[in-house]
This record gives sequence, C-alpha cells and structure tokens, in this order.
Amino acid sequence: MGELNGLYALWYREAKVFTREISRMIGSLVQPLMWLVIFGTGLGSALGGNFLGTGGSYQTYIFPGILAMTVLFGSLFFGLYIIMDKRVDFLKEVLVAPLSRTTIFFGKVLGGSTDGVIQIAILMLLGALFFGIHFTFYSLVLSIIIVLILMVSIISLGLTFGAIMSSPEGFGLVITFVIFPLFFLSGALFPVKSLPSWLFAFVAINPVSYAVDALRSTILGIPSSFGLALDFAVLIGFAVAMVIIGTEAFKRMKI
Amino acid sequence: MSIIETHNLTKKFDKLVAVDKLNLSVNEGEIFGLLGPNGAGKTTTLSMLATLLPPTEGHATVNGFDVKKNSSEVRHCIGFVFQDPSSDDLLTGRENLYLHALMYGVDMKNINKRMDELLELVDLKDRQHERMKKYSGGMRRRLELARGLLHNPKVLFLDEPTLGLDPQTRQHLWTYIKKLSQEKKITIIITTHYMEEADMLCDRIAIIDHGKIAAMDTPEKLKSKLGGDVVRLKVEKPNLKALKSLKFVSSVKQTDGLLTMTVNDSGKHLQEILKKVGSVESVETRKPTLNDVFLHYTGSEIRDEGGEGGYMEHMMASRNR
Repeated sequence: MGELNGLYALWYREAKVFTREISRMIGSLVQPLMWLVIFGTGLGSALGGNFLGTGGSYQTYIFPGILAMTVLFGSLFFGLYIIMDKRVDFLKEVLVAPLSRTTIFFGKVLGGSTDGVIQIAILMLLGALFFGIHFTFYSLVLSIIIVLILMVSIISLGLTFGAIMSSPEGFGLVITFVIFPLFFLSGALFPVKSLPSWLFAFVAINPVSYAVDALRSTILGIPSSFGLALDFAVLIGFAVAMVIIGTEAFKRMKI
Repeated sequence: MSIIETHNLTKKFDKLVAVDKLNLSVNEGEIFGLLGPNGAGKTTTLSMLATLLPPTEGHATVNGFDVKKNSSEVRHCIGFVFQDPSSDDLLTGRENLYLHALMYGVDMKNINKRMDELLELVDLKDRQHERMKKYSGGMRRRLELARGLLHNPKVLFLDEPTLGLDPQTRQHLWTYIKKLSQEKKITIIITTHYMEEADMLCDRIAIIDHGKIAAMDTPEKLKSKLGGDVVRLKVEKPNLKALKSLKFVSSVKQTDGLLTMTVNDSGKHLQEILKKVGSVESVETRKPTLNDVFLHYTGSEIRDEGGEGGYMEHMMASRNR
C-alpha cells in the first residue's frame, strides 16, 4: 500500500503542477504548430498538393512526425527537470521518504506521461480540425498507444540524464547531441526510403524512426517503411531498456 | 534511553574528511544541538543519520535501526526539515502536506484531522490554501516543520532551521520548536551556527569543528566549565604578571589594549583585579555566553556573516555541504 500511495503522490504532484502551469503547456504547443503551419506550408507549397503520391499535402505528411517531435522534446525536458528539483531540496524530501527508488522513478514516468498525453491529445484535436487529419477510432487508439510507449522511453532517457547530471549547464549538450539527432534522423520531416544508404543507416538505428513510421502508417494509412510489427518490437524493446537503465540510474543517483 | 547512537561515524569525500570518528548518543525526548561553523560537518552528519549518505566508516543507529542495514525502517521513524526550501511552490501548503502524507505512509483515514491539527500548531490555517510561492521564508519553514511531523516521527532533524530568517521570525520559530518538543515529546536534532539558537533551544549541545566533537554538554554546564565570568578591561599598560598571579583569574588574552579573562566570582574579586592591573579605562563583566565556550574549545569565533538571510551565506552553506 505504501509504495502505491507514494506512486499516486508523485503522480498527483505532476498532475497538479501541470494544471497550474497552463502557460507552459500552451508554450509547448507553439513549437509543433510553427513546424506545421510555417514549415509545413512553406515547403508544402513548393512541393505541391499530392506529396509523393500520398494523397495529402506535405503538411499532412509531417503531422505524425511532429507528434513524435513533441513527445521527444517535451518528455526529455520533463526528465531533465529533476535537476531543478535537485537544486532545491525537494528531491531530498522525496528521497528521504520510505519509498523505493523504483517507485519514485515510476511516479515520475507516470506523471510525465499524463502531461504528455494531454498535450498530444490537444495536438491531435487541432490536427483533425485544421490540418485535415482524419482519425478513426482504431487509428486514434493505436496512435495514442504508440505515443505512450515512446513517451515512457524518452522520459526514462531524460530522467537518466537528469540523475547523472548535477547542474543545468549540460542542457545545451543534451539538446545538441541527443534531441536534435534523434529528431532529424527520425524521418519526421522526410521519407526515409529514398535516402542514401549511409544516412539511412543512422535512421535505422534511431528508435524514434520506428515511432514516426508507426504513427505515419496508422494516422495517414500509408504503407509502413519498416512494417508495424518491427516498429512495435523496436519501440517496446527501447522502452524496456530505457526503463531498466533509468531505474538503475535513479538507484545510483547521489544528491 | 538513547535514541541515536553513533560509533566512530566517519564520512570522507575523496580526501576530505567531513566527519571524523564521531561518537554521539542522543537521549529520547531531548533537543540536541550540533553547533559549528559552516563546513564543520553538521549537515553531513545529519544526512548520514537520515540515510541520505552512506557512512564511509563506523556505524549509527536511529531508534535501534542501523542506518546502513535498515535504512527503510530508519526513514519510517524520522522527519527532516531541510536547509533549503523543499516544498513545491505551485502547490498550496495543504497540498504539500497531503503529498507528504501519501509518500510517508500516513494513515489516510484521519489525514484531514491530522493536517488541521498541525496547521493549527504552526499558525498557518488561514493561509493553507495559498500556493507556497506566496509564503514568506518564515511561513515556509513553519509549513515544512509541520510536514516533518505529519507522520509522527520519533526523531525530527532540523538542518539550520532559521538560516536566512529575520531575527523576529527566528524567535517565533524557536517558540514553535520548543512547543513541539514539549507537546509531542519527540527527539529533535538541530544543526545551527547561531549561538543564541543553540543556547535558547537545546537541552544538550555538541560543539563540532572540522568533523570532530570539541565539547558536549548542556549549555549551562558548558558555560560554567569555563570557570567564571568574562571580564574585559581596557588598560593602557597592563601589569600582566600581577594579573596572572591571581588564582581566581584564568585564560587571559590580550588584543589591542583590550584584556579578556575569565574570573571566578567576579563580583567579589573585581576590586582586587582593578587594583593590580594598572590604570583602567573601562570595565565590562558578563556571564559567559556560548560564544565564549566556542572560542575556548575551537580557538576561533563563528563569524555570523550577515545572518539576516544573506544570500552569500546561503550560497556558502550550500557549497560547503
């Protein structure tokens, strides 16, 4: 019971804070919308209405990729932010509690996923209203599952960095060497099939590519590049690995 | 009965020995003070007792549980009020308490009553639904004090509880801490580098310097061990030889024409001192303070840098941990 209550407590904190920082959430929606509206329209109008025979515009084509990007940025930062908790003594208050580090880790992941899913749901709603995305019940449920699996992995990745790092000075490095490569090499903005093989190799080892591929085929109904089965296998494998690494990093975290 | 015992408790950070073979025993129900300058090893000691840091050598028990082997049991019976803010600014005071109750496995059936009672105790009932970012430093400390008590701990650790608070708020907080110890009958371990704080609050004090205990006793006994009152004289050309021959005078120190000495029963003997020492410009006699005790045992004074919430002091304190 104790651990379960603790899990609930950590989730409760994140959920409460989230509802009180609506400005932060609105802010986090601005970036994906800029990609869709400005970049999507800009490049889209040069490429024409039927992008690579997918039947939709370029803007529509990148929509699933932008969802993955939102998860990537939002979740990684969510994890990294425990550094801020470290700077004040809030993290100590949590760590002195008679809870296992694993529980604390999962509480964080749970809280972050709740915030993230709400953001993604809003983006999906905007997509349906303004960007011509047609959701079916099936595609909606499946894409939320994909988003959730990716979210758990990336939050765990962020928490791992957050547990290891002791000051926010390293944020810039993480953005440059982790977030941007994961984003640009995910095929969020372009099809991966026609890439030169050296670049494709990088895309293929990037787990986020499989999330983008799965989301795109689920939401837009176009054929998947890797196959949905492989997409899910990679995503689940990545999530499990990240959760294990993250819990270990949490257990070793020094304050 | 002692509720905390340490045996050669040691913590090393690389080559720095932060806590050096500490042997302590704290009785149940007392307010025990660790008094020392910043960087003396007070917070490190507390962190080890609270299972936040593993000791390098030696061992310690809290409420009979070993901090290394039974860390979970230890954490169940302690409360901790940290030096730095440790509550969530975006949550209300009451929500922060609720969060704590969930995490510390408090019986949730009576939780509302318990929170009411504690909010009452620290006089925050009328502000409980405000977000913590609107709280002043003193209110925040009071809430964190209440939070530390929420799960009925046997031992409450207070790490520099009045650091950065103005004198009035500090006095206020002392009243609360006193009240707590009397009403709840819990053991309180407090670290401080404020002399008056240690003097006012603590039943017993350990003076700690460079990770070692320099002296340990009740404030009264520590002061009386100095052997008399502190007498300060301003003398042009003091006759030190004559002064030192008096057997009721001890530990004479001279700094820029100012003589400081300890005099046994100064009321009776002052006349004689004045006669022998030379032409005296001014005289000051007072009862010894903890400051004198500290000076005696460590050879240096605690510099009370700023004290009124000096930002630098805060920075130094956190860097020294």
